[in-house]
Amino acid sequence: MELKPPPVRRLPLDPPPTAVAGRAPASPFTGAAHARARSSTFAIDRMQVDDVLVAYGQKPAVDHVSLPIRQGEVLALIGPSGCGKTTLLRSLNRLTELTTTASQQGRITLDGADIASLEPTALRRRVTMVFQQPNPFPMSVFDNVAYVLREQAARRPKRAALDAKVREVLAHAGLLDEVEHDLRHPALRLSGGQQQRLCIARALAADPEVLLLDEPCSALDPQSTQVIEDLIVKLREEVAVVIVTHNLQQAYRIADYVAFMYLGELVEYGSATQVFGSPREERTKEYVSGAFG
Amino acid sequence: MHPPPANAKRRDADQRAARMLGALVALVLVVMAAMVVFVFREAWPSFSHNGLHWFGGGGDVDHQIQAIFTSGDLKQRPVYAFHAWPLLWSTLLITGTAVVIAFVCSLFVAVFIVEFAPEWMRAVLEPVVRLLASVPSVIFGLIGVLVVVPYIGNHIISEHSKASVAHIVSLSGYSMLAAIVILTVMIAPIMIAVFVDGLRAVPRGWLEGSLALGINDWRTFWKIGVRTARPVLVAGTVLATARALGEAIMLSMVSGSVGFSPNPADGLIFFVEPSRPLAATILKNTEELTSPPMRHTLFAIAAVLLFSAAMLSLIGWAVKQPMKRYGVRA
Amino acid sequence: MSASAAAAPKIRVASSATWRLRDRIGLGFAWLLGLLFCAITAAIVIYLLVQGVKYVRPNLFVTHPAAGFDEQETGGFLDPLIGTFLVGAMAMAIAFPVGLGIGVWLSEFGRPFALARLTESTVEMIAGIPSIVLALFGTLIFQSPALGFLSRSAGGVVFGRSFFAAAAMLSFVALPLVVGSVREGLQAIPGHVREASYAVGKTKAATTRRILLPTARPSIVTGAMLGFGRVIGDTAIIVVLLGATLRFDGAGSTPLLGTLRGTGSTLTTYILQNAPTGEGNQPTKAYAAAFVLLMIVLALNIGAGLVSRQGKAMRWS
Repeated sequence: MELKPPPVRRLPLDPPPTAVAGRAPASPFTGAAHARARSSTFAIDRMQVDDVLVAYGQKPAVDHVSLPIRQGEVLALIGPSGCGKTTLLRSLNRLTELTTTASQQGRITLDGADIASLEPTALRRRVTMVFQQPNPFPMSVFDNVAYVLREQAARRPKRAALDAKVREVLAHAGLLDEVEHDLRHPALRLSGGQQQRLCIARALAADPEVLLLDEPCSALDPQSTQVIEDLIVKLREEVAVVIVTHNLQQAYRIADYVAFMYLGELVEYGSATQVFGSPREERTKEYVSGAFG
Repeated sequence: MHPPPANAKRRDADQRAARMLGALVALVLVVMAAMVVFVFREAWPSFSHNGLHWFGGGGDVDHQIQAIFTSGDLKQRPVYAFHAWPLLWSTLLITGTAVVIAFVCSLFVAVFIVEFAPEWMRAVLEPVVRLLASVPSVIFGLIGVLVVVPYIGNHIISEHSKASVAHIVSLSGYSMLAAIVILTVMIAPIMIAVFVDGLRAVPRGWLEGSLALGINDWRTFWKIGVRTARPVLVAGTVLATARALGEAIMLSMVSGSVGFSPNPADGLIFFVEPSRPLAATILKNTEELTSPPMRHTLFAIAAVLLFSAAMLSLIGWAVKQPMKRYGVRA
Repeated sequence: MSASAAAAPKIRVASSATWRLRDRIGLGFAWLLGLLFCAITAAIVIYLLVQGVKYVRPNLFVTHPAAGFDEQETGGFLDPLIGTFLVGAMAMAIAFPVGLGIGVWLSEFGRPFALARLTESTVEMIAGIPSIVLALFGTLIFQSPALGFLSRSAGGVVFGRSFFAAAAMLSFVALPLVVGSVREGLQAIPGHVREASYAVGKTKAATTRRILLPTARPSIVTGAMLGFGRVIGDTAIIVVLLGATLRFDGAGSTPLLGTLRGTGSTLTTYILQNAPTGEGNQPTKAYAAAFVLLMIVLALNIGAGLVSRQGKAMRWS
């Protein structure tokens, strides 16, 4: 199947806030840095969610949601527990199909092609996922990454060739310095933050177009969280990033666009400054200011 | 965990319970130790008379057994000459082949049951596997004798083959092929049951994580699931091999009751030659336990079996050790 | 860095196929073997059922077996049937309490550690001992004069074969199963249950007896049933230690004890004898007995499955 590159559209992105003396930008979170520095103001359409409904049995978990996913920006799905954000995330790489009771309507496209028409395994190589609980395989650090790399090659690559590529991927994920001295170290013996970065490295090794992250820092301490947040922001230029988080402060720190979901519905979608600074919907305002959660 | 040390009376009650149960445990250990000691003690005369030739070949082992038995009469000097190689060879061949075939088949069937079988098939297969694993071996022997052996005798062995070796041994359906086939069918359910439990215990998070990286179903399950379950595979194989080694009844019924050493140089006929493994030999001659040299010889065979069972356990433990390094729960 | 040139959008290069030929072959092989396994087991089960139904007759259950040449003369399998249950019950009467004790000790007490490791290894070793070796050892024990009261003696020579002897050795066969299921049942109970009990001042012994064991009951009962099934399926020990006489041959005139001290047979030895390789050579009787034995084992399996499913309904969250 011939894959056509998606159209490059110049979308107006918010310019970085200029420091105006004496007037701090309206923000519900004092002290949090927002709008990290970017190297380009381009965003490329990657996926489009079109009026999607996902139901487990009778009950709809995702109720007619539409939103775009673009490379070059971080999209944060926020909302209280059980609002369907994880289900929406999982439907992006068709992991919902693993649950037998799940049914889906609507259309999700990746680079213009309906993902239901792609082979699931091929889709999941282009849209990879990092889970909430770090789940490195019970192998060495090297083998964890090599496992994914071996799938890319047509024939079994030599260990030496893999070595360079593994190091490259680990450097990309910011983990190489810490594990460089012993790549044979058992992955399960790394710290939580290192394990999660290893999982991100694995997900990047598959050379994806979209990276999905399901509450990646919820099981980690603040230092590891910081490191991973920096990594995510660094990655947004190369892959479209969708992150589900129940931590509003985290969304404020790293998101460019925010989608607030409540009970399966998409209540509000907009840029982060707009959703946090001046939300349109009443429910959004309540949630963002902490009235419920 | 232990209860906080309350008053002395409660501490005593617990200590008494611990002591009583501990004594029970010690009793069982002592009985087992006694068994090992007694078996080897009874076996010693046979080993000491034969030395390492006990394990070697030479002579017709059936004649030797006969001679040993008749010499048990008090009037004669006891005869111990015994070269067990045909029996050892038979045991190795039958057990080894059956375990290898059963392992491959059981692994694939277990993978099938856990991951790829449709729901209705799984619901049928699982209880059936457990039922088969508990069928008594004598019933397998019965089916073997009444179905498999005649089939082999009539359809697989040709008249020509029978004639060609008639001067050495007579070929009927009682053969190694029958023994291997039935033994495989007997130990496969045990392996499958153990493998299924082990494969089920693989954390779903790992499998899902692999799928989410774009690895297909089969490779995910094979590379992650089966690899994680390697200690269970070892445990199941050890269990099945122990069962196969000690199988006396079924093998005595179908493997042919001659102490003949199947010869690979015979070509295809090799598979249908009769033989008799170690455990079946003991069973066949238990009537003759009254004769002391016979008793010593039979205990010697039992000692070899006991030793093999212990070695198997040890090998299983040793094989599992390196697997612990990467966090696979062994 | 200049913001004008956008990075060219990255499209996946057509990489290798997600399903290699090897994977398809592997999957196909798994399917093939799965179906083959279904077919073989179906064949075995159906064959036994058909043959059994063909040859089982009600009068077989109530007639004593006799030596003879044809179907009419050889009678039924009443004695072996009783013998099966008798030897099974006796073996479990030994294995169950001992197994329970060992299981509780390993799970709840278990000091000193070295002893616990040794016990675990020993139980594992017992599970791997061939029953013929156990049988031989049994002859050593029960033929010694000290235990002569457990079997018949004639002229100063202890015969050494009786229900007592067989049951004692058979209990070893069931022991690992009972110990395993007791431990599994107890270990499945989460720690906070024990803590709650200790917190109100109960001793470990009382906690075990009153709370833990009743909770672990489904697991323990399942283990006992499986152990019973294993015991009644064993032939080697019966052949060696029960004398394999067709009918019960009591020793001495005390009503029950006489039988237990004497020799007899069970369904398994009956089948062995009536197979073409045996002395009796009555294949029809052998099929009938095999069918009955299979039904008993099937009933035990189903029972164990029901009990364990009932236990799962009570799972701790």
